Amino acid sequence: MNFFSDPITFIGNWLGNLLVSIGISQQAATVIITFIAAGVVGMFGFSLVIFTIWLERKLYARIQDRIGPNRVGPWGIFQTFPDMIKIFTKEYITPIGVDKVAYNLAPILSVSAVLLIWAVMPFAKTIVGTDVNVGVLYLVAMGGIGALGIILAGWSSNNKYSLLGAFRAVAQIVSYEVPMVLALLIPVLLGRTMGVNSLVNAQSVWFIIMSPIAAFIFFTSSIAETGRAPFDLLEAESEIVAGYQTEYSGLKFGMFYVGEFLHAFTISALTAALFLGGWRGPFAEQIPILGVAYFFIKAFIVYFFVALIRISMPRLRIDQMLNFNWKFLTPLALVLLIATAVVDKAFYLVIPGLNISAGLLPWARAAVHLGVNLIIVLVTVQILKSHHISTVKIVGKPRPVAVAPEPPASVIS
Amino acid sequence: MQSDWLFIGLFLLIVALFPGAPIILAGLIGPHRPSGPKSQTYECGIETVGETWVQFRVQYYIFALTFLVFDVELVFLFPWAVAFGQLSIFGVISGVIFILILFAELLAAWRKGVLEWA
Repeated sequence: MNFFSDPITFIGNWLGNLLVSIGISQQAATVIITFIAAGVVGMFGFSLVIFTIWLERKLYARIQDRIGPNRVGPWGIFQTFPDMIKIFTKEYITPIGVDKVAYNLAPILSVSAVLLIWAVMPFAKTIVGTDVNVGVLYLVAMGGIGALGIILAGWSSNNKYSLLGAFRAVAQIVSYEVPMVLALLIPVLLGRTMGVNSLVNAQSVWFIIMSPIAAFIFFTSSIAETGRAPFDLLEAESEIVAGYQTEYSGLKFGMFYVGEFLHAFTISALTAALFLGGWRGPFAEQIPILGVAYFFIKAFIVYFFVALIRISMPRLRIDQMLNFNWKFLTPLALVLLIATAVVDKAFYLVIPGLNISAGLLPWARAAVHLGVNLIIVLVTVQILKSHHISTVKIVGKPRPVAVAPEPPASVIS
Repeated sequence: MQSDWLFIGLFLLIVALFPGAPIILAGLIGPHRPSGPKSQTYECGIETVGETWVQFRVQYYIFALTFLVFDVELVFLFPWAVAFGQLSIFGVISGVIFILILFAELLAAWRKGVLEWA
């Protein structure tokens, strides 16, 4: 064991020996080291948002043909710090009649729920917070807490717009959890494990190649879970002021903002880990630092698409959003799950009869799954085409056009 | 195994601290001058009428209920998926039948008009 192959265990052991040598018991040392490790992971996730806020503002500006933040630091990269100081010194305006406990708990919950996901995030083969054996279920559970934060915020604010936002959160975040969980079942089924790091280990062929539909469903429903455009119905500013966060001010509002941006990056990182092979890449097994680099490159590529979708898509109507979820994504995910299960079993039943070398086996499996996915895509497109509702045409008389009355002759001169 | 959950337990503590501590700190730093109009409920400048916690559309409730049915049943599929490698053909078929029942539920809800936003 040396520093380069397993830096976390190396530092952990070194620190453990140090603590034991100054007279702390072994158990207490373990707790202290775990506490430090958890602090580092949490700190890392929390401070990442400083960078992503700047990145997204810059991207947003560039696509709208503006310059964006450009004063503080090179390319305005430190713009978030003055903003943070400003929001820190703002007054909390608590309106009368709010439910104090739930009102103050909601912003904390909405950030914590996202940060908790980082506990199982695999940065590299050996650099991972913890690889719990129920990792994927843990992810789903934490997503549920995030929805709870938003619903608490809307319910406790004593404001009708906030309440509407909370209702929409029920319809949206909660509904999109169904296809997301179904899409998460596909990597679990292909990788035969629920630990997130174990799933990355199992991806000798990336799961996006084996099951592009699952990746698409997971990506789409995750964006809906974050509550950003085009799924930002819960804070649609043209309809319900600011939705669930209407009555929040100062840093309490800021925490919702942080939670949203952090969630956007977290789902990108999760997509990278679960479908794009995470830290996998050339030499990543030997040098974990390289794995971290691969992981973040992949995560930022996905994040770029998340930002791009947010910037370029108009907001969906609530019935369109629900139809898309319940009548398209969910049936598609169910069909995909059945097909993947049957094909995978059939593949392993047929495989002893065919003489495929062990090296080619994962690729053969991937090819079969990819073929099934393509067939499902083709069938889906055909079904959608046959049920296509053409855009509404206005039939009947043309609408009356106001005609300006003839001006009196005396005016013309 | 135990240290995994120790990590998550301590992580819970830290994760509550990260957003919680700045919020409390900002409350101490920031000014605190509440006044009558400032503490009013914000409804675009109009005074709020009646109670806020009013009756809401039953549609939201129905969607939440549909979600509940699905999510509770989907959790049962996770162990099946993890143990997929060791499953016999019978195990796979029973899993598939379970998913088909879920699918039938979806179709039944669809047919009943539960999924319509009316």
